[in-house]
Amino acid sequence: MSSFIDTIVDFLVRLLGIPQGAAGFMLILVAVVLGVVVFLFTAVNALVAVYMERKVSAFMQDRLGPMEVGFWGFRGGKRFWGGIAQTLADTFKLLLKEDIIPDKSDRKLFILGPFILYGAVFCAFIGIPLGYGMAISDFNIGIFYVIAISSVGVIGIILSGWGSNNKWSLYGAVRSAAQIISYELPVGMSLLLVVMVVGSLQFHDIVAWQEQHRWFLFHSPFTIVAFVIFFLSGVAEANRTPFDIPEAESELVAGYMTEYSGFRWAIFFLSEYANMAVISLMTAIVFLGGWLSPVGGLLRLFGVPEGWYYLDGSLWGVFWISAKAILFIFIMMWFRWTWPRLRVDQLMYTAWKVFLPIALLNIFFVGIWELIFA
Amino acid sequence: MEFPEIVKQIEAAFPEAAVSVDDTAGCILIASENWLAVAEYLKTDPGTAFDALMCLTGYDRGPEGVLGAAYNLYSMEHAHKLEVRIETPRDDSTIPSVAHIWRTADWHEREVYDMFGITFDGHPDLRRMLLPDDWEGHPLRKDYQIPDFFHGIPVPKDKRGWE
Amino acid sequence: MTTSEAIRKNFGVVEAEEMVLNMGPQHPSTHGVLRLKIRTDGEIISHIEPHIGYLHRCFEKHCENLTYPQVIPYTDRCDYLASMNNNHIYVLAVEKLMGLEVPERVEYIRVIMAELQRIASHLMAVGAHGLDTGGITPITYTFRDRERILDLFEYTCGARLLYNYIWIGGVSHDLPPDFVQYATEFLDYFEPKIVEYNRLLTYNKIFIERSADVGVLPADVAVNYGASGPVLRGSGIDWDLRRNDPYSIYDRFEFDIPIGTGEMGTVGDSWDRYFVRVREMEESVKILRQALARLPKDGDVHAAIPKKVRPPEGAIYFRGENPRGELGFYIISDGSPKPYRLKMRSPAFVNLSVFSEIATGWMLADIISILGSLDIVLGEIDR
Repeated sequence: MSSFIDTIVDFLVRLLGIPQGAAGFMLILVAVVLGVVVFLFTAVNALVAVYMERKVSAFMQDRLGPMEVGFWGFRGGKRFWGGIAQTLADTFKLLLKEDIIPDKSDRKLFILGPFILYGAVFCAFIGIPLGYGMAISDFNIGIFYVIAISSVGVIGIILSGWGSNNKWSLYGAVRSAAQIISYELPVGMSLLLVVMVVGSLQFHDIVAWQEQHRWFLFHSPFTIVAFVIFFLSGVAEANRTPFDIPEAESELVAGYMTEYSGFRWAIFFLSEYANMAVISLMTAIVFLGGWLSPVGGLLRLFGVPEGWYYLDGSLWGVFWISAKAILFIFIMMWFRWTWPRLRVDQLMYTAWKVFLPIALLNIFFVGIWELIFA
Repeated sequence: MEFPEIVKQIEAAFPEAAVSVDDTAGCILIASENWLAVAEYLKTDPGTAFDALMCLTGYDRGPEGVLGAAYNLYSMEHAHKLEVRIETPRDDSTIPSVAHIWRTADWHEREVYDMFGITFDGHPDLRRMLLPDDWEGHPLRKDYQIPDFFHGIPVPKDKRGWE
Repeated sequence: MTTSEAIRKNFGVVEAEEMVLNMGPQHPSTHGVLRLKIRTDGEIISHIEPHIGYLHRCFEKHCENLTYPQVIPYTDRCDYLASMNNNHIYVLAVEKLMGLEVPERVEYIRVIMAELQRIASHLMAVGAHGLDTGGITPITYTFRDRERILDLFEYTCGARLLYNYIWIGGVSHDLPPDFVQYATEFLDYFEPKIVEYNRLLTYNKIFIERSADVGVLPADVAVNYGASGPVLRGSGIDWDLRRNDPYSIYDRFEFDIPIGTGEMGTVGDSWDRYFVRVREMEESVKILRQALARLPKDGDVHAAIPKKVRPPEGAIYFRGENPRGELGFYIISDGSPKPYRLKMRSPAFVNLSVFSEIATGWMLADIISILGSLDIVLGEIDR
């Protein structure tokens, strides 16, 4: 199938009657527009997720969370929308803050760092479909591309940690490099299993396979293990508790972002929440059937014939995939507000001596499983 | 063991060590030069077995008097206490360090040095404990004069506002 | 154990160039303004040098210029998390020096306050230790319950943090009406909450990984360093001043002394020190229940307060069990209304001195956890 961007370009070319020669120009224009859309998506995602994080943490901690800042009649008070504009206000505050670059820092790297980090996550979004046919570009190596491009972000973290010329930042950067490189492997291995079964690296093929058969989470016992490993490693890649050692605030003050403030610091936050979204969307697509509705599967279990009840379709697809992703984001928050943090050697132990061997064995066993049952 | 028995035992082991004994307060004054030997004896002897140093206090007997240190010892095994005092002349105040016998003394001796200027011979790392390294004088001595300036900042001495 | 031995024992790593790291005085997890000069070999700490004194307020010098009752508010400010205990022990020291007897009711009120304060202080310690290992949520729950204790204090004496409540010869105010009822309600509310903390933090797998076997303090080292309180008991030594050297009316109550058992790792590790605090809260609840039940109904709490506090000439060392350990006051009196010399032997000061011994050779993340398990209060260390 063709990707989203080609569809739009074709549509516009035909609609406006643009001569064939100008189609390339149209492509650039559409690409820029879509880039802005992705940026807005990450920004809105961060806004909503930060608010959600604050509310979730507050409710888990027997507090109320932000209660005061509201707009359009959504005033504060003990309602769930109390303080709904808090993150918006915070964003404006961050954008208006003084841009501090320490004198002794390596200026170029210091400035470059956050943008590389954000750039990596931004590029990852290009390959991720948000519904049927709704990927900006649906590569045939989609999974590979997303994993590869999202690990580029670690370069940004190292640059900003090194460029800050601060020992705490350096600690955070080095920890982060070790962590992300280690957790790439379990992530890759657990996805490999899915790729092995489907025989394709393309997200649409994976979802199509799940539509025909069943969600990967319920495919075999080994895929459940793979799901757990993938999700936990994903949490580690997103630097979230209990794997948040690069920014461990009780040890490293703020890790690699110690010296950042205002706008540049906001970019780090944007990236962190975008990263969470990428991990959650990937988990939803690969293991929970992406934009497929869970209703059909459930009803089929009870013997209801197929038909009208599917709640499937383009818009419903967006709804389902978002719901699944938000569920995973919520689980990440749940982790953070419940658990203490692992130590760096325990983190490495988990990656190399627990996750990786299990993931490798998993591939072997799922191969046998496929030979027997498929 | 009660206090008089402990004193008797010390006097038997070190006939010249005890300068004076205060029965009511339960404290014994020991000459500075004998202190190290007595301390080791008190810690190791199974009869006394003072394995814990509860407190180490420096004191000053007035602008003309001597400086001193009071050691409050306790035995976890026998649950008895002893207060040992060492006094030393003001102008050349030295007391042998017992930091290697009771590690509690390590920081406490530094603190006494900081506040009273008593030098503890043989202390592994005798530096100021609470005050800045460049502080002049020893504030808890009775003849300490509050300086007029600290690093060029005038020290307020007008107490009308707050006293 | 030397540094390199410790490193080899714990992690077995290769030598590398060391980096000097200045941790504090402005650091989120040094519990105030402690400054640690540490040399690190990668993540591993090879040398620690604590620098204290950033909060030094000349407490002992001040005391020489204040009358005995005027010193009480200053003891509040030394250990601001356990002000009641500080008041209590200082006042007992002066009373012993003066040979003053206080009414029965006053003794009971003081013990009730001291034990409530012990729970409050341990709640803070437990929550902060969770915070040090990265778990942010436990402290919000411990704070919620600490708040109830502070409400009780506020109800009694009007202050929430620095009370100046226990006076020489009495207490500043009698208990308000219904105090016993409110306190009992609090105890009924609080006891099940300890189970909640245990579920949330104590038996959390990650927390155990982070604190069991970490920062082991052997019993003989603990005694030699003069460590006291939960730090000493965590090392498996059954020793509590409330029982071993009883003061006030503690000999009238039945309570156990929890000690470290090495349940999750080695005896004397961070987890033991932490868990001793949790169980001490249960014991304090026991004492409180007995004290509230036996509290004499009437009696003037101001009856024994002397008009003039002029202790006779002499010196005294008096010690008591503060939430952090053995709090001692060495007072030399020259017969005047002001102490000639007053030395405060603060438990956290002594407990901190053992820190570089037990934390060397562990990782950066561990020293935070070990520091949290020592439960220091810088106000008391620097005085």
